Amino acid sequence: MQKRTTLEPFVWLLFSAGGVLAALVLPAFVFLFGLAFPLGWLSAPSHEHLLAVLRHPVTRVGLFLVCTLALIHAAHRLRYTLYDGLQIKHLYEVVNPICYGAAVVGSAAAAYLLFVAL
Amino acid sequence: MNPPPTSYTEFHPRWYRSPVSAYWWLRSGTYLAFILREISSVFVAWAVVYLLLLVRAVSRGSGGYRDFLDLSANPGILFLNLVTLFFLAFHAVTWFNLAPQAMVVHAGGKRVPGVWIAASNYTMWAVATVVVVWIILG
Amino acid sequence: MADRITLQVVRYRPEQDAEPTSQEYDVPCPKDWVVLDGLNYVKDQLDGTLSYRWSCRMGICGSCGMTVNGQPKLTCATFLADYAPGPVRVEPLRNFPIVRDLVVEMGDFMRKLPTVKPWIVRKEEKPLAEGEYRQTPQELDEYKQFSMCINCMLCYAACPVYGLDPNFVGPAAIALAQRYNLDSRDQGARERLDLLSDHEGIWGCTFVGECTRVCPKHVDPAGAIQRYKLTAALDWLKGFFLPRGAR
Repeated sequence: MQKRTTLEPFVWLLFSAGGVLAALVLPAFVFLFGLAFPLGWLSAPSHEHLLAVLRHPVTRVGLFLVCTLALIHAAHRLRYTLYDGLQIKHLYEVVNPICYGAAVVGSAAAAYLLFVAL
Repeated sequence: MNPPPTSYTEFHPRWYRSPVSAYWWLRSGTYLAFILREISSVFVAWAVVYLLLLVRAVSRGSGGYRDFLDLSANPGILFLNLVTLFFLAFHAVTWFNLAPQAMVVHAGGKRVPGVWIAASNYTMWAVATVVVVWIILG
Repeated sequence: MADRITLQVVRYRPEQDAEPTSQEYDVPCPKDWVVLDGLNYVKDQLDGTLSYRWSCRMGICGSCGMTVNGQPKLTCATFLADYAPGPVRVEPLRNFPIVRDLVVEMGDFMRKLPTVKPWIVRKEEKPLAEGEYRQTPQELDEYKQFSMCINCMLCYAACPVYGLDPNFVGPAAIALAQRYNLDSRDQGARERLDLLSDHEGIWGCTFVGECTRVCPKHVDPAGAIQRYKLTAALDWLKGFFLPRGAR
């Protein structure tokens, strides 16, 4: 079996970190902005408050890490799900760039939004 | 009585290889739970997109922020986020429960029981949730 | 309480069949009979042409693995009465080619196993005069669970990754590699890591966990593989940040 040069151990570390961050932080976020605020269970914070929070350098860096790692986590898992679910493991040269490429695009968007647009 | 006609037995064994069904994951509850766990990754990606939509909305001033809040009240988006929350919780629970199998921690020459590792994960989750809520609500 | 039960057994005779078929047998069902007892009754009393593997009938040789009602099981450890009133479907072990009836071809595993070097690898043997290799109970506990493997192949039958990609090294082989990696007498961890840190080695595993669920000896191959992934990843980091000589 020909051994491809593999970055797999490194990607797995990123995948694991992304899984932990996604599990810790995203549920609370989606609960608040996806359910609690629109349904009126809690009142949404003011725009000034959010702007101040988001502009803080710690928040910017923290959110960038969460977004990038969570996207890599999702891309990695989706890649293997496509392998096992659609049985296209042999098409790895197409599937891998699509999955990780999407994660890279998302991370670039996150970087722009968090460090330039804000 | 006539003897049966002679025939040569094939030398190569004809092994039968069953094809794997495209629906192998429907064969058992544990396979289905595994696929659902993997599908949660799609909803993790959506949660990140939603987060970035919020950041973009806030950067566009209070008008942009109000538009985002209106969008979040849209019934389709509301339903999507409800499903997302379920899958995010499913991801978190399965992740924290499986972590002890991947990480064997030794302390003072003995193995830390897996339950403690899972418990510390859940504690971290509770703390992180409180911190996130506190930061957002202000 | 039924005292008879129907077995629906897969038959495949390569000299006359193009595909496996199913045949029913009515067997007694005393409360202490296992599926293997039912199959032995079929072979002795009803149909001597049925082919299947078995040996110790007590869950230690690993020969009698088959699919019972869709689940990989040791037929010597699966009670018939648990399936009353039946019928009980007995099929060959999944993910392996079928040779005949309930007999599967295990050559793939037998070829993969030696590649992971499942033996103590030493750079230098201790001279006899220095005595035996000693091991504390704690050092034994590190690998004991993984040494319980009886090579029954139920984990390969349960693993969807192996089912979809027969090049995957598989749960038992990797668990056995870990059994030696974690043995304090062994010095072969580097060789095994270089071999198994591969797309068809540990990185092929997606932690379905089905292998651990079906293992009759509670080996937990899924846990072995995830721990191995962490070891390999940390080793990769060390290799990235430190030059090879310093390792």
